[in-house]
Amino acid sequence: MTLKEIKELLQAEVIIGEESLDDEITFAGGSDLMSDVLAFGKPGILLLTGLSNAQSVRTANIIDAKAIVYVRGKKPDEVGIQIASENGIPLLSTKFMMYTACGLLFGHGVPGVSGLEHKK
Amino acid sequence: MTMSSEDGFSQKFEITGRDFSNAGRISTSIKEILKEIGIDRSIVIRASIASYEAEMNVVMYADRAVLTLNITPEKLHLKLDDEGSGIENVEMAMQEGFSTATDEMREMGFGAGMGLPNIKKNADKFKISSIPGKGTSLDIIFCLNKTEKK
Repeated sequence: MTLKEIKELLQAEVIIGEESLDDEITFAGGSDLMSDVLAFGKPGILLLTGLSNAQSVRTANIIDAKAIVYVRGKKPDEVGIQIASENGIPLLSTKFMMYTACGLLFGHGVPGVSGLEHKK
Repeated sequence: MTMSSEDGFSQKFEITGRDFSNAGRISTSIKEILKEIGIDRSIVIRASIASYEAEMNVVMYADRAVLTLNITPEKLHLKLDDEGSGIENVEMAMQEGFSTATDEMREMGFGAGMGLPNIKKNADKFKISSIPGKGTSLDIIFCLNKTEKK
């Protein structure tokens, strides 16, 4: 699914990164805990988070995340936007809460981080 | 201070404790340096994660620290020496989930007791020593020689 399709699905606003909306997203993960993102995140992940300080962007940059979607209508601060712009990380913001945003993506075929597949 | 020669690269960074707004800046720079040098992407990410966790630990728990990045053709060495309260029980601090974090640290998305175990998980070699009341030292090593790769 492209970022543009994700933007539409989550009725999200693009804070930065309009030019990257054609990028393909192959998996995603949601957490407000950056310790967990650092421990379980994988390069290329679409990160959904409710943590809107600069640490969310620094963490995403460290693990080579593809983009960040802020949930619950949150938006990062100026420092966060600056870091994202320097490192080419698109930032989106959706009004949906974490559970709903993740559920919508999963329901539309975006899997989680590989290694922990659920049984059908 | 930067030193660059045919057999190696070395740079020192100073980290200030409790400086939450700048937390992670140094590791972001280190990641840029590693990418520029042309180190393998998977090692860049592992080293950046370890550096970031170590930097966050200094910001959260120590007064100040010097982080030295040393790169030779064989290995990438992150050496961290901090001044601060040190760790009373290193064995407990190495357990996942053990944490003495405050609410302020948790609001930053950290302090889940994953930092030190995650540094160890990402590194090829990891050493920690601490003197309570003085400080903590970490040696985090990544093998760059492909045959020794983790």
